[in-house]
Amino acid sequence: MSEPTTPTPTESQAVGGNVNPADNKFTAWLSHVLADLGKNGIFIALIAVVVLFSFTTNGILLRPQNISNLIVQNGYILVLAIGMVMVIIAGHIDLSVGSVAAFVGACSGVFAVHWGLPWWLSIALSLLIGALVGVWQGFWIAFVGIPAFIVTLAGMLIFRGLALVVLGNANIGSFPAEYRALGNGFLTNVFGEFEIDPLTLAIGGLAIVLLVIQQLRSRRGRVKYGQEVEPAAWFIVKLVLVSAAIAFFAYSLASYKGIPVTLIVLAALVLIYGIVMSRTVFGRHIYAIGGNRHAAELSGIKTRRVDFWLFVNMGTLAALAGLIFTARLNLAGPKAGDGFELEAISAAFIGGAAVQGGVGTIGGAIIGGLIIGVLNNGMSIMGIGIEWQQAVKGLVLLLAVAFDVYNKRRSGRS
Amino acid sequence: MSNNILEMRGITKTFPGVKALSDVTIEVARGEIHAICGENGAGKSTLMKVLSGVYPHGSYEGDIVFEGETVAFRDLSDSEAKGIVIIHQELALSPYLSIAENIFLNNEVTSRTGLIDWNKTNHEARTLLARVGLRDNPMTPIRQLGVGKQQLVEIAKALSKQVKLLILDEPTAALNDEDSDHLLDLILHLKGQGITSIIISHKLNEIKKIADSVTVIRDGKTIETMQRQDVSEERIIKDMVGRDLEHRYPDHEPHIGEELLRVEDWTAHHPQDSSRVVVDNVSLNVRAGEIVGIAGLMGAGRTEFAMSLFGHSYGSRISGKVFKRGKEIKTRTVAEAIQNGIAYATEDRKTYGLNLIEDIKRNISMASLRKLERWGLVHDNEEYKVADDFRKSMNIKAPNVLVKTGKLSGGNQQKVVLSKWIYSDPDVLILDEPTRGIDVGAKYEIYTIINRLAAEGKGIIVISSELPELLGISDRIYAISEGRITGELPIEEATPEAVLTLMTMERPR
Repeated sequence: MSEPTTPTPTESQAVGGNVNPADNKFTAWLSHVLADLGKNGIFIALIAVVVLFSFTTNGILLRPQNISNLIVQNGYILVLAIGMVMVIIAGHIDLSVGSVAAFVGACSGVFAVHWGLPWWLSIALSLLIGALVGVWQGFWIAFVGIPAFIVTLAGMLIFRGLALVVLGNANIGSFPAEYRALGNGFLTNVFGEFEIDPLTLAIGGLAIVLLVIQQLRSRRGRVKYGQEVEPAAWFIVKLVLVSAAIAFFAYSLASYKGIPVTLIVLAALVLIYGIVMSRTVFGRHIYAIGGNRHAAELSGIKTRRVDFWLFVNMGTLAALAGLIFTARLNLAGPKAGDGFELEAISAAFIGGAAVQGGVGTIGGAIIGGLIIGVLNNGMSIMGIGIEWQQAVKGLVLLLAVAFDVYNKRRSGRS
Repeated sequence: MSNNILEMRGITKTFPGVKALSDVTIEVARGEIHAICGENGAGKSTLMKVLSGVYPHGSYEGDIVFEGETVAFRDLSDSEAKGIVIIHQELALSPYLSIAENIFLNNEVTSRTGLIDWNKTNHEARTLLARVGLRDNPMTPIRQLGVGKQQLVEIAKALSKQVKLLILDEPTAALNDEDSDHLLDLILHLKGQGITSIIISHKLNEIKKIADSVTVIRDGKTIETMQRQDVSEERIIKDMVGRDLEHRYPDHEPHIGEELLRVEDWTAHHPQDSSRVVVDNVSLNVRAGEIVGIAGLMGAGRTEFAMSLFGHSYGSRISGKVFKRGKEIKTRTVAEAIQNGIAYATEDRKTYGLNLIEDIKRNISMASLRKLERWGLVHDNEEYKVADDFRKSMNIKAPNVLVKTGKLSGGNQQKVVLSKWIYSDPDVLILDEPTRGIDVGAKYEIYTIINRLAAEGKGIIVISSELPELLGISDRIYAISEGRITGELPIEEATPEAVLTLMTMERPR
C-alpha cells in the first residue's frame, strides 16, 4: 500500500499561501501517478511481459484464440494461487496442493466414470473430499502446532500416494460432457450463432458498467468521510484504461468461442475472495495474524481457528483445481498436478506476497499467475524448449521478490 | 598516563526524536569496580552500547579514551579486541551448544590444519571454568545449566578474550541470592586479578557491597560520581529519582467510585515447568476512576500476573476468581476477557502489541473489528473515521492514519496501542510499562491520557519498573515480589523507600 504524503487540499491551502496553486496541483497529481505506479508495479510488469511477447511472437500472443487459451490453460493455477496467497499471508505455506489436486481428480474419476454418479454429485463429493483433506492438514497445523511446511510436505507424499492407490495403476478417462465443461466448455451461442458472440460482449459491457459504478461509489464514500482521494483526472484516466482492457479482452473472447466456463468460475472466485480478504473480519484476521501473530492473539483473534479454516479452504480450492485440470484433459492420471504447488507459490510471491506473511493480495496473486502463464505461453509459441522455460521462470520469481525486498528496504529507510 | 583505564567524555547520543544521552562523562579507575545506577530508560544501556561499539564511532558525539588512547570502535569485535567485554542481561549463549563451544564461539581454537582442535578447546575451557569456580564438564550443553551457572559461563567466555574491562548489565537480575552472592564474590576475585568491572544494577545493597565508586545517570545525564566512602542508598535513590518529581506528572484529582474489578487468590504456574509458581495467590482490586500501580522488580511476576489474567495468555494451572462489579466473570480466552471489559496493553509494543507492517487504522481496529461490521463486511470508511478521530484526540503524530505503525516513534506507537484498547471500550485497562522507551514529552502525554481515562470512570492498573512514575500517577500502590503481593499502600504513605522495601521483600525461608 502506498503512503500518500501529499498534503490534503485544505492543508496545502493553509500552508502554501504563496505557492502557485497550479504548480502545487501538478506535483500532487504527479506524486499520485507515481505512487500508483509503484503500488501497481506488478500490474505494469504484466503489461510489459505481454507487450514483449506480442512482439516476439509477431502478435500471436494477443490473437483471440490464444487469449482464450491463456485463461483455460492457467485456470487451475489461478484457482490454487487464490488459496495459496491467503495461506502465505497468514505466514504458512502449502506444498501439498498438487498432490491433493491429483488425488481429488482421481476420486472424481471414480465417482463420475466408474460409479456413474451424476456430474453435479461427483463434483460436490470431490469438493467435499478436498475440504476433508483441509480438515486433516488444518488439524495438525492449527491444533497440534506442527509447522505447515512439514504437514503439507507430508501431505504432498500422502496424497500423491493415495491418488495412485485410487487410480490403481490406470488412467481414468471419458468424463461426462457436463463435467468436461468445467475445463474446456464455453458459454456461447446462447442467442444463436454469430461471428462475434453478443452474450460475451454484453457481459464485458456489464462488467465495465459495474466497475465504473463501484469505483464512483467508493470514491464518493471516501469524499463523504473526508478522506483524501486521487485527482479526478487521474481517476478517469485509470478507469478508461482498465475499461479499454476489459473491452479488448471481451471482444477477443467473443470473436473466438465466447466465455470459457473456467473464466466464469475464476471470476466468481476472484470477486468473492477479493471481498473476503479486503472487507470481512475473517480476511482482516488473516492479515493481522500474518503481520504479528502474538499481537493478534492478544487482541482476541482466535488464531488457531483462522489457521484451521484457511487450510480447509485451501483443500477445497485444491480440489476445484484438480477438477478443472481433470476436466480439461478428460483424464485422471498419476502425473496430474505435478509441480502445481510451485507455480501457485510462485504466483503468490511474484504477486507481492511477503515470505514472512502479513502482505499480499488476491489480485496480486492472480496477476502473478498470469505473468507465469504469459511466460509459458509466449515462450512456447516462440518454440523455446521446456528447459529454458523453467530457467526463465525461476529467474523471474527471484527478480520479482528481490525487487520487492529492495523496494521495502528503501521505503523502510525514508 | 592517568590512573583511569576508561574515560568517556561528553557523550551525546540522539535517536530520531529522542536524546538518549546528553553530555555524559564517566571516569573509571584501573582495577576498580564501578557501578552505574539509574532508572530504566535513564540511558545506562545506551551508554554501554556506545562504549562497546554497538553504536559505532560517528553515531554519537564525544570521546572515549581507553588505556590512555582515544578509540573509535566500529563494532563489537573492535572493542573486544581491546579487551572490553560486555555481558548483557539477556545472556547470549546458544542453548544447544556445549559450554566449551559457547566459550570459544567465533574465537575457536584451531590446529594448524585450520580445523577445530577439540581436545585443546575442552582443556582450555576447563581451565577457564576453574577460574570462575565451575566444575562442570565443558561438553555439557548450556541448556542443562541454571541461569546462575550460565552467567558464570559468560564470564569465562569474557576471560577467554583476555578481558581488561568487564561490563555486566544487571548481572543478578535473574539470579537467586546464593547465585548472586557467588557472582559478586567472583567479581571481587577478578578485581584481585586486575580486571576492572563496570556493573549496572538496580540492587543498592549489592552496589554497596562491591562497588568502589558509583555513577548515577538520570534522563541521559550524569548526576554525580561518588566514592565508596560517600555511598549511601538514600543518596543514590535521591540522585536516581531527582528532585523535580512533581513537574513530570500532570495533576490528577481522583473521583473514586464503586469497585470495578476484584481478583482473588490468582495463582499461575510456569508454562513449561508447571510445578513452579510464578504468580502466587495474588488478590487485588480496582475501583472506578482509580489508578492503581503495581510495583515490582523485573521477574517479580507483574507481567505474568497481568497476562495470565488476560485470557490465560501466560502460564499453566491457573486458578483464582475474577469479579466485575461484584459478579464473577471468566477470562479464559482473550476474546472473553475483552468481552468482559478488560484490556491489556503489553509491555513489549513491537513484539506483542502492534502489527508493524500495517497502518495506524488497521491497528486501532484490530481488537474490535466486529463493531465495524455491516452485513458481514467491514465498513472501511467508518474505520477510517474512527482511527482519524483517535489520531486527533490522542495527538498521534502522523499525516494520516494510513501510515504504517512501524514508522512511528515509540511514543506514537504507544498512543496507537492505547487507542486500540480504548476503542474496545473496556471498563478496566491494564497498562504494562506504558512509557517504556518513550521520551519525556511523550510520557507526559501518556500520563494525561491515563488521567483522562480515569476521569471517565475507568479503572486503570499501571505496571511499571519506574518507581517515580508509579508514585507520580497512582492513587494506590501494590508491591509485588517473587509472585506475591507484599503490601498495599495508599499514595499518601507510598514513599520510595517504603515501596522499595516491599518490592524487595523476600519470601520467608
